[in-house]
Amino acid sequence: MNNRAQIRMLLDGRRLHMQDGPIDVIVEVFGDVGEIALAYRAAADRFVEILDELCRELAFLRRPARDDGDLPSGPIARRMLVAVRPYASQTFITPMAAVAGAVAEEILGTMTAAAKLSRAYVNDGGDIALHIAPGEKFVVGMVERPDRASLFGTTTIESGDPVRGIATSGWRGRSFSLGIADAVTVLADTAAMADAAATVVANAVDLPGHPRVGRVRACDLAPDSDLGERLVTQSVGELAPDDIRDALGAGIRVAESLRGSGLIRAAAVNLQGETRVIGAAGWAQRADVSAPARGLVHA
Amino acid sequence: MPVADDAIRCDACPVLCYIKPGRTGACDRYANADGQLVRLDPHVVLERAVSRGDTLVPFLEKSREWDGALLTGEETFVTAIGAGTTYPDYKPAPFIISSEVAGVDMVTVVTEGIFSYCGVKLKIDTDRHLGAECSTVRAQGEAVGHVTTNEYGSQMLSLGGVRHLTGGSRHEGTATCDALLNVCNRQAVELKIDDGATVIVQADKAPIVDGVQEERMRVGCGSATIGMFAKQWFGKVDEVVVVDDHITGVLSEHQAGKLLGVPETGIALKGRRSTPGRYFRVAEPGTSWGGTNIDDPLSILGPFDREVARPGLRLLMVSTTGEHHAYFELDEQLRPAEKELPAALRESVERIRENCEPALCTVLFMGGAGGSLRAGVTENPVKLTHSVRDALTRVTCGGAPVYVWPGGGITIMADVSRMPENAFGYVPTPALVAPIEFTLKLSDYATLGGYMDHVRPLSSITSISRDEESRRRLAARPDNPWPLASEKRK
Repeated sequence: MNNRAQIRMLLDGRRLHMQDGPIDVIVEVFGDVGEIALAYRAAADRFVEILDELCRELAFLRRPARDDGDLPSGPIARRMLVAVRPYASQTFITPMAAVAGAVAEEILGTMTAAAKLSRAYVNDGGDIALHIAPGEKFVVGMVERPDRASLFGTTTIESGDPVRGIATSGWRGRSFSLGIADAVTVLADTAAMADAAATVVANAVDLPGHPRVGRVRACDLAPDSDLGERLVTQSVGELAPDDIRDALGAGIRVAESLRGSGLIRAAAVNLQGETRVIGAAGWAQRADVSAPARGLVHA
Repeated sequence: MPVADDAIRCDACPVLCYIKPGRTGACDRYANADGQLVRLDPHVVLERAVSRGDTLVPFLEKSREWDGALLTGEETFVTAIGAGTTYPDYKPAPFIISSEVAGVDMVTVVTEGIFSYCGVKLKIDTDRHLGAECSTVRAQGEAVGHVTTNEYGSQMLSLGGVRHLTGGSRHEGTATCDALLNVCNRQAVELKIDDGATVIVQADKAPIVDGVQEERMRVGCGSATIGMFAKQWFGKVDEVVVVDDHITGVLSEHQAGKLLGVPETGIALKGRRSTPGRYFRVAEPGTSWGGTNIDDPLSILGPFDREVARPGLRLLMVSTTGEHHAYFELDEQLRPAEKELPAALRESVERIRENCEPALCTVLFMGGAGGSLRAGVTENPVKLTHSVRDALTRVTCGGAPVYVWPGGGITIMADVSRMPENAFGYVPTPALVAPIEFTLKLSDYATLGGYMDHVRPLSSITSISRDEESRRRLAARPDNPWPLASEKRK
């Protein structure tokens, strides 16, 4: 137990907001009133342990992942490493690339073990873990820029679909990105898998050496960043249509290969208003925002 | 802790980010502003909800749904919580907001002040002896304050102050800041008093003294208790001793007993007799019966006078809170033998308990707004002092009313329980970051040299359509005067 964490119901009386250090999650569960209370209590009890637990292995989690070698001891840390391992031999990646998704899964798992729920989501800063009981579904909306609340697409996830994790990565987000995508949203079987894959795909949406892309060494911005001296995107000027197409294409190629190996189920890649989507047949683009889309909107 | 490249280490959470100037930590909540760690929490906006009795939708209380009915305009007050600070204070306060109240343009200047001159006055409702006056109060082993006066039914402690914050060792300053932050944010803090008790304090909660949770304040001193209950005891018992560390009362000798005609009982009290039926120092101070150190009440009695006492004499001993009580009857050798408390007396013991209010810890934040903080409000800081003094400017802390100490400067006291949750932060100086708002008429603001070109309409704060979590909208507490209300202004 720590006394840093802030845990409270949001003013709508339905959603639970929990924050501790950099972890900031919004939870909503659906089911009988008693079950909801059980789920939230379990979520809160587990939540207060998480940051200290992760920080005990933080140095390890910030080092490049290897596909052999030791597993960390905490369940979340272990899930992080497992999620990034498939990429370890081809690219630079640390377990931190999956931290948000792994935390979301942990809280979701705690709640579904404690209570009988029809649906639940844990949104950890845009990385979302889903619980969908048989016959239930979620409608998911996506926004390209957190500061502009317009949906660039919606999709429906039904209980029979394998998807239980959604993650978004982009240079405008809270974490540093090596690429220039405004937003890459990935659907995968778990939130940690989605989180790692969104990072990898967003890094791939890139125009190396392009003069309109401002890049700074990560360590110059945050001395203890796991990205060290790697250049992270800080600004992207207006790009020519060909450049946008090339960058999106680079991202989509990576996304396709991940989809081929089952690491993701669908991806939507957005750059300066252009979006390319793979995998989601029912992914309705340019949804009518005025329609009361019941479901999640993440930024 | 400064490290290379002017980065500072944030110790707000175990991630321990190194933050470069102008950047935020991983949480986006703490930032390095010119070498100072500052907090950037979502801005707290107090909503004056029409008829709600609560301040926040409490965690896990689903029964009370938010009714969504919020008013706008003058009904919204922007607090300084999360506003950021002006330190080192040469620039205007982060938010200078105008809102129209009853046809008069009002300005609220909100800032989070960095208070080096600040502390907490802590009132702990207990009759137990916590420690001698002037004793050092420690948190995490470091001196963070001292024991001050004993008030009626309460022990006052003073925590913090500039000497502990910055005048001692680094550890002392950090422990002091930590204790102040937690106690102001209504968290539990464990305090150890030199040669005294260990007490866990938390605003609006009962103190826990040496592991025992205090329940009730005493109804009065032992003598006063005799006076209050003498009539109810008369005829049901022959003698009553109300055990109290301050003044222990004895019914048969007390003026109240004499008036009723209670006969002498031959009882002999230890301690020093003050006036008839009133005894000082029947035992040493402690955390047991009536704030003394005794566990056996008979230990404060000498042998009964054989000339006066008689077998079968009924004796009730009770503490000033009714928490401890015992009933005796004298045997053939005139020795008190404990018996079950008769029902008729149980009622009076219950009545004593009932008249004792719940024991609480209450926390007043006390701080002084320095010249530089005032400079964030006006180009001529002393004018703000004068304006506050003339009651043209209202000062609030996180929307809560404050008492402005008379005399020079702006030294304020505010009840932390009336402020929103987690209203306080800190900087590693170490110093406390507390919200402070100055509200005055727009015309008065211009007169005192305000930063008129920085005044923003309220709508620019409340209508920013970022995600709904970016501002904390709280219902105002109904027991706080509305900061913008004009009827309370002189």
